[in-house]
Amino acid sequence: WTFLTGVSVTMHACTHTHTLTRTHAPHTHTHCSYGLFSSSQTFDKILIANRGEIACRVIKTCKKMGIQTVAVHSDVDSNVHVKMADEAVCVGPAPTSKSYLNMDAIMDAIRLTGAQAVHPGYGFLSENKDFAKRLAAVGVTFIGPDTHAIQAMGDKIESKLIAKAAKVNTIPGFDGVVKTAEDAVKIAQQIGYPVMIKASAGGGGKGMRIAWNDEETREGFRFSSQEAASSFGDDRLLIEKYIDNPRHIEIQVLADKHGNVLWLNERECSIQRRNQKVVEEAPSMFLDADTRRVMGEQAVQLAKAVKYSSAGTVEFLVDSKKNFYFLEMNTRLQVEHPVTECITGLDLVEQMIRIAKGYQLQQKQEDIPINGWAIESRVYAEDPFKSFGLPSIGRLSQYQEPLKLSHVRVDSGIEEGSDINIYYDPMISKLVTYGATRAEALARMEDALDNYVIRGVTHNIPLLREIITHPRFVSGDISTNFLPEVYPEGFKGHHLDEDRCRELLASAAALHVTSQLYSHKILGTQSDLMLCYRVSSAPMDQNNWELCVELGQELHDIEISKSGNSYIFMNGLCLSLQVKVDGGQVEVCGDWNLASPLLPLTINGTCRMLQCLSKESSGNIVLQYMGTLFKVRVLSKLTAKLNSYMPEKVSEDTSSILRSPMPGTVVAMSVKPGDTVADGQEICVIEAMKMQNSLTAVKQAKVKSVHCQPGETVGEGDLLVELE
Amino acid sequence: MAAFGLARNSCGLINGLRVSYRSLVQVKYGAKSACLLQTNIQSDCRWYSVSHLSVKERIEKKRKAAQMGGGQKRIDAQHQRGKLTARERVELLLDPESFVETDMFVEHRCSDFGMEQDANKFPGDSVVTGRGRINGRLVYVFSQDFTVFGGSLSGAHAQKICKIMDQALTVGAPVIGLNDSGGARIQEGVESLAGYADIFLVHPSDLPHHGSLCILTHLMLCLQDTSYLFITGPDVVKSVTNEDVTQEELGGAKTHTAVSGVAHRAFENDVEALLYLRDFFNFLPLSNQDPAPIRECQDPSDRLVKSLDTVVPFESTKAYDMLDIIHAIVDEGDFFEIMPTYAKNIVVGFARMNGRTVGIVGNQPKVASGCLDINSSVKGARFVRFCDAFNIPIITFVDVPGFLPGTAQEYGGIIRHGAKLLFAFAEATVPKITIITRKAYGGAYDVMSSKHLRGDMNYAWPTAEVAVMGAKGAVQIIFRGKENQAEAEAEYVEKFANPFPAAVRGFVDDIIEPATTRKRICRDLEVLASKKQVNPSVVADSAVAILAIINF
Repeated sequence: WTFLTGVSVTMHACTHTHTLTRTHAPHTHTHCSYGLFSSSQTFDKILIANRGEIACRVIKTCKKMGIQTVAVHSDVDSNVHVKMADEAVCVGPAPTSKSYLNMDAIMDAIRLTGAQAVHPGYGFLSENKDFAKRLAAVGVTFIGPDTHAIQAMGDKIESKLIAKAAKVNTIPGFDGVVKTAEDAVKIAQQIGYPVMIKASAGGGGKGMRIAWNDEETREGFRFSSQEAASSFGDDRLLIEKYIDNPRHIEIQVLADKHGNVLWLNERECSIQRRNQKVVEEAPSMFLDADTRRVMGEQAVQLAKAVKYSSAGTVEFLVDSKKNFYFLEMNTRLQVEHPVTECITGLDLVEQMIRIAKGYQLQQKQEDIPINGWAIESRVYAEDPFKSFGLPSIGRLSQYQEPLKLSHVRVDSGIEEGSDINIYYDPMISKLVTYGATRAEALARMEDALDNYVIRGVTHNIPLLREIITHPRFVSGDISTNFLPEVYPEGFKGHHLDEDRCRELLASAAALHVTSQLYSHKILGTQSDLMLCYRVSSAPMDQNNWELCVELGQELHDIEISKSGNSYIFMNGLCLSLQVKVDGGQVEVCGDWNLASPLLPLTINGTCRMLQCLSKESSGNIVLQYMGTLFKVRVLSKLTAKLNSYMPEKVSEDTSSILRSPMPGTVVAMSVKPGDTVADGQEICVIEAMKMQNSLTAVKQAKVKSVHCQPGETVGEGDLLVELE
Repeated sequence: MAAFGLARNSCGLINGLRVSYRSLVQVKYGAKSACLLQTNIQSDCRWYSVSHLSVKERIEKKRKAAQMGGGQKRIDAQHQRGKLTARERVELLLDPESFVETDMFVEHRCSDFGMEQDANKFPGDSVVTGRGRINGRLVYVFSQDFTVFGGSLSGAHAQKICKIMDQALTVGAPVIGLNDSGGARIQEGVESLAGYADIFLVHPSDLPHHGSLCILTHLMLCLQDTSYLFITGPDVVKSVTNEDVTQEELGGAKTHTAVSGVAHRAFENDVEALLYLRDFFNFLPLSNQDPAPIRECQDPSDRLVKSLDTVVPFESTKAYDMLDIIHAIVDEGDFFEIMPTYAKNIVVGFARMNGRTVGIVGNQPKVASGCLDINSSVKGARFVRFCDAFNIPIITFVDVPGFLPGTAQEYGGIIRHGAKLLFAFAEATVPKITIITRKAYGGAYDVMSSKHLRGDMNYAWPTAEVAVMGAKGAVQIIFRGKENQAEAEAEYVEKFANPFPAAVRGFVDDIIEPATTRKRICRDLEVLASKKQVNPSVVADSAVAILAIINF
């Protein structure tokens, strides 16, 4: 009986997941098991005061519920969410402070369109009590908690006091606002290092710094207050004990306006870089049923204490002994909410809308299941090789989500041709996979990442794929320090072992051979009508090739021969090749469509999805294999021999020039020509995507020239400072 | 052995008996070698008049010598300079074992300055000629051999080249020249110059010393850092005009690809240039009598290109990259750009649509707003004429704010040069498909393969603005001195800054969704494959082969 129930619920969760993905499922699918609830009247028209994927996500549920939608957008940002919505209003120029944070313009948009409610998404105005108040004043429903709860939980100091009072475990720390850097040092010394300095109004890792000594505390104070000011318009900071090696586990709560509160299990979000989440999952491998229940109950106590309504998240730090401490409560829909939806089968946006209208929760705590396992990877437009991800910008020249795979959900707000610019969060999408077990979900994630085609911007799929296949992650041995611990030298991409290396070389060589064969395929070779093309009929029967493949600094000899009967030279160019790499034998079989970005191959009987990013006449091929990009050069043996006479290109000496590692704005320039800088000394600070990045000298030298000024916008690779 | 010994003993004494000394260490530019010859005694001597070697052996010997060009030492020197030998280049360019050499036994005929010495005779002289195949398709090749007299052009050398050019013309096959030469062979004087003249005569297709040879080619490629091309070198320049200039500045790859527009593309080194040339060759028909080739295509012809829907920015003043459009539309994103660094405000190059080779011309809004100026007009015109001559359909992407105004342009003759582009498009009888992506203003609109110039299919994207000029300028003229300029501007935008004015008059055939552009072009090309159009003044067609040259 248990088994059967499990199955039926799983199915139900699947169906539900399906409705949220962007597959072109027939509409009948979307009736979903909540047909009864969604028929209950909520709003006629909702304005979504957000952009990108979360705006699209909310619009999807609105459509399902038969609610009209209004999108807001800035001048430069009329993307997918604008197309999806029934109406769209431009609320200002590109900078968020003038558009998505511009309450006046958004209030105008509400008046103009007659929206009855506003869904704020996350970020922007989602936890802004003033906005909620202004909405209330004009009788528009804010889809979220009451202003009281926002205020109470939005302030980290107050929230901690309330949590303490509600008997929620809290971290030792200073319950007050820190005024100056020296104050900060004093308090830090009292608490004991390490300490965490964070913005009182903050969230999302912005305005957060860890300090291990007095010097770092002062610096952290400076950075955090600047970032807090620019991100939240509120530079108040607080300090607390920093828990080393913690896990970040949070409880999703759902509360109605009638005092009913549910906890919807946990999400583990320990994989972070610079305090921003990268990979999340639900449930957590670490929690046992008891701990989960206690955490859930404390979260509910807190929600009740502030008379919370709507969806919210109570974040905890959990140490290795399963002690947990309250961190903060987010009074909004979280970025990573899809994993909870996958395992519980609930549509959180739908629930939020219903609650906002005043309906009671339909579920009881015992109705909340954990069905299977869900993993979410945040796919960002950023370069993971630079401190686990520095923003990159560009135009998505090619973009293909892996929606052909089953149990994959992609929440995105962009499409092929979209621009990723410096004004907004560089997130491309949230890639969620779901499975009956964690292993299944992980295997699907691996597939999904391999099948995800993103061209035009640098993205973090190499890092995501490494994380989800890393033995430590697979075994569940993770903490918020996972990335710096696993990659102390910084992320370097996939390390190929001997077999994988051989596979890569064989694939590249086979790709070269098929493209060579293909370039002989001038049509009309057989037909006399096409005599005018005059192609020699001779060389098509070549069966063996001797090649030389360059990978990194190494040259590998390769022999290729067609293997027997599987050779069908049809449109699909299905071809099986025996490849001898450095003495070892590899069989590569595939459907070689050179026009497709995906290259599905069977290598020694194993299916592998490679991607070909570029293939030049010069023999240079860029392949994505195991998530990482590899540059190889395939030449015939003769060409390789002759190529050895070619002079080597001299590359630029990078130690004495400082180039911008990312596009952004120069906020501070700490040196001027003639200054002497020490190794590691800060040269300038660049702000990109609301993060301040300090650029330092890599050697002691005299500053020769400065090529930028504070306030200037710089592109990636722009020359900033030259040293002597 | 007896003869050998005799030769040794008699060296320097019995020249009259026609003893020859084969020198291993060749003296540079042979001319100086006359006086040195007698001290240059080597063991590898032969006695020609005594036929102790059978003819067969002599043939073998000659062949071997021809394979070695100027000898191992010079081959090594060539390699040390990061360059390949003439034969290595041919081997790399052509399909394996497809090379058929001609005139391996030709020797130069110069008898001055000691050039008549056997030591100064190299079988094949300073050029390797013949035919072969690239991806199975016929091509004639000549490759100058720098290891023999610095690749200098002698009468015999020119004769060899002329021979294969003649052959190429009779069968209608292209010629590829791999240049690596110091220029005319000074020892030969006027004979070598006559050789140049002969080469020009053989190649009359494009009614237009060494630099001159290249100018006559349809396509010229060169190498970064090692290719130099000029009428006169820096020394002569200094002595005549007192101008100080380096080789690189005067005639390096950068000069010719970015400033002068003489070369069509530059490559990093020999190997890269030859590999690219192989792929590029696949785009072209073998002669003007042949249709452009069609290659099997794996890229669906009805593929929707969604990214094009958003490629043109909202603000009509904002730039975008025309190459984004081109790469997204063509088969496999494979676009071979010609002259990518010269007159960058126009983009030209070859690609395929559903397997068919097409020539693509596009204004580049990213550079100088994509306006037409003298250089871009000439670049575009030449490309269009090339496509027309070789039966390659032309696809034109238009986003042009007009001709560049100003004295520099007028004095330079923008009217004369702009007309070249207009004439080239008007005259072209190959299929012509035009897509107006955004601006098509004024005279420049007419020039860019408009309906008025016999465009076969002319499309406009919804973002197209076909007008005499931009709203601001137009309003300033129409409503000069009037007050409500802003209002008038809005009215002008409403009326003209859209595709309707052109569409209602039939000047564009349809307004299409950008995403469907590829599909539309592929379908049109199929229909237009049988297009036949004859210009009134056309004389009888004669076979013209393509001549492409790489300068090493």
